[in-house]
Amino acid sequence: MTATAVDTVISVKGLTKSFGQIEAVRGIDLDVRPGEIFGFLGPNGAGKTTTINILCTLLRATAGQASVAGIDVEHDPAGVRKRIGLVFQDPSLDGQLTARENLQFHAFVYDVPAAERAERIAAALEMVELTDRADSTVMTFSGGMKRRLEIARGILHTPDVLFLDEPTIGLDPQTRRHIWGYLSELPKRQGVTIFMTTHYMDEAEYCDRIAIIDHGLIQAIGTPDELKAMVGGDVVTITTSDNATAAPEIAALAGSDPIADNGTLRVEVPDGAAFVPRLVRETSVEVISVAFRRPSLDDVFLKLTGRAIREEEAGSADALRLMGRAWMGRGQGR
Amino acid sequence: MSTPNGVMAGSPAVAAGRRPSGALWPTLRAIYIIWYRDVLRFWRDRTRLAVTFAQPLLYLIIFGTGLSSALSGGASGFGGAGAPAGFSYTQFIFPGIIGMSVLFGSMFAAVSIVWDREFGFLKELLVAPIDRSAVAIGKALGGATQAMAQGLILLVLAPIVGVKLTIVSVLTIIPLVFVLAFALSAMGVAIASRMRSMQGFQMVMNFLMMPMFFLSGALFPLAGLPGWMTFLTRIDPAAYGIDPLRRVLLEGAGMPPAALDRMSLTIGGTVVPIVAEAGILLAFGIVVLAIAVRNFRVRD
Repeated sequence: MTATAVDTVISVKGLTKSFGQIEAVRGIDLDVRPGEIFGFLGPNGAGKTTTINILCTLLRATAGQASVAGIDVEHDPAGVRKRIGLVFQDPSLDGQLTARENLQFHAFVYDVPAAERAERIAAALEMVELTDRADSTVMTFSGGMKRRLEIARGILHTPDVLFLDEPTIGLDPQTRRHIWGYLSELPKRQGVTIFMTTHYMDEAEYCDRIAIIDHGLIQAIGTPDELKAMVGGDVVTITTSDNATAAPEIAALAGSDPIADNGTLRVEVPDGAAFVPRLVRETSVEVISVAFRRPSLDDVFLKLTGRAIREEEAGSADALRLMGRAWMGRGQGR
Repeated sequence: MSTPNGVMAGSPAVAAGRRPSGALWPTLRAIYIIWYRDVLRFWRDRTRLAVTFAQPLLYLIIFGTGLSSALSGGASGFGGAGAPAGFSYTQFIFPGIIGMSVLFGSMFAAVSIVWDREFGFLKELLVAPIDRSAVAIGKALGGATQAMAQGLILLVLAPIVGVKLTIVSVLTIIPLVFVLAFALSAMGVAIASRMRSMQGFQMVMNFLMMPMFFLSGALFPLAGLPGWMTFLTRIDPAAYGIDPLRRVLLEGAGMPPAALDRMSLTIGGTVVPIVAEAGILLAFGIVVLAIAVRNFRVRD
C-alpha cells in the first residue's frame, strides 16, 4: 500500500489498544506523507478516535509503535505535543473567553514568542474570517464559528501535523463545505499535514488518501480513486418483488453475489447499461426498480465490510453531551 | 512530596535532548496561565458571583435566625457550649458560613474539571506541551482563589450580623481562608483527577461535601460530642479551617478567651493553636495536591 522510500510524517506499526477485554484497535499499520490530507474513515466505534488519541499522546498504546514528526509517542509525548495541533470532536474552547483570548491562551501555553503572538493571532483570525468577532465571547458563536476558531487555534503554533477528530460532526452541510474550504487550503498555505477522522463519505473525497477502518482494523488504504477502483465497474441497485428468489439469479447473471441492503440488492457489474436489459429479461420475479451509477466510497465501504456506514443513533456519550449542554450551557459557554 | 521543581524528576518520558533543568520555568508559566484563566472566568461570570453570595446569605439568615430562636430558650446561646451573654448564634455560625462558602466554592471548581475533561477545555490543556503537574497545581490554585473570594466577600456582612471586624482580624482571616480554600480545592482536584464521569463525581461529592460541612463545626461547636462523632469531626479538614476563623472573628468581636477556648477544636483535651490548625490544613493540601499531580500524569 505505502511505498517504503517515501518520507513519512506519521508512522504507525502494529498499533494495538485494549480497554480491558475490548480491543478497540487491533494492530494497524499506516504511513502519512508530509503535506497530505489523510482521512481515517469508519463508523462510530471503529477505533478512529482511539487511534487519534494515541497519536496525540492522550492514550498509551497497548502494543505497537507510532511516531509523529519523527518523534515516538511513547517515549517523548511532550515532544510530540509541541509539534501537533488538535481539533476534537467536542469543542474545547473556553466559552467565557473571547476568540482572541482563547488564541492568546494557546499561544502562551505553546510558547509562541511574545513578539509574534499578536501578529500570528490576527493572521489566524483573518484566515478563518473571524476578525470582526475576535473580541466576542465564544459562547455567542455558532457551531461552525467555534470549529473555525479551533482550526485557527490548531495551527497557531505552526505544528507539523494537524489532527482533526470528526471536524464537521453536527454541522449543517453548508457549514461543512465552508470548513472544508479552509482545511483543503491548509497544507498549501501552512505546509501542515492533516490527519482527520470522519464518518461522512462525501468528506473523505476531499482527502488525498484514505484509510478505511472497521472493528479496529484497517481494511484498505489508498486515494479515493484507487479505493473506488477496488469496487470495479458500476454499482447496480435492484428492487424486486421477491429479493430472496432474485438474489441467486442475479448472482448468476452478474458473476458475483449481490449484497442485500435495506430492501434492495446491490451488485457490481463491469457495464451497468448492458446489464439492466438482461436483468429485466432473465429474472423470474418482477423487477420493481433498477438504478446504476459509478461507485462511491460508500460502495467501497460496503464491499470491504459488508455493511453501510450510517448515522448511528446517539450513543450514551452523545446523550450526556446534549444533556450537559442544556444543563450547564451558559456556565460552560457551549 | 511533589513540588513544582520536582516536575520532571522521575519522569521516564523525558527524552534525551530535552532540558530537564529548564522544566521549572515552563511549568510555572503554565501554572500561572491556568490560574489566570480560572480567575478571569470567575470574574466574568457575574451570575455565579451573585449566586455564590446569595447562597451563604440564605444559610446565614435561615439557620441563624431559625436556630437562634430555637436555642434562645436554653441557658446558653450556643447549644450548651457556654457562650457568654451578648453573643448570638448568628455570630457563632458566621465564620462557619464563610467556611461553607469556601467548601462549596472549592468543590464547584473541581466539578468543572470533570466536566472539562469529558467535553471541554481540559483536553486543550492535556495535549498541550506542558507538564501535567501544572494542570493540577494551576487548577488547585485557581479553585482556591475563587473559593477564597467567595468566602472573603461574606466579610461585608459582618456588621449586619454583629461581628465587629478589626484590621488585625481581617489581615489574619485572609491567609486562614486561603489555606482552607487551597486544601479543599486541592482535595477537589485530587478527587476529580480520578473521575471520568459526572455521575460518579456527583455521587462522591454528595457523600463527601455535606458530611464535611455538617461535621466541620460550622453549625455547632465541636465540644462535648459523643466519641464517634468527635473522631469524625477531627478528621474533617474543614474543621481545621473553620475553627481558626471563628476564634479570630469572635475574638475581634470581643469574646473573652476563656469562652472562646470552650468552643474551640481540641485534640485530647488540648486546644489546638491556630498556627497548628493552619499547618495541618496546609500539609493536608500539599499531600492531596501531590496525589492530584500523580493522577494527572497517568495516561490510560
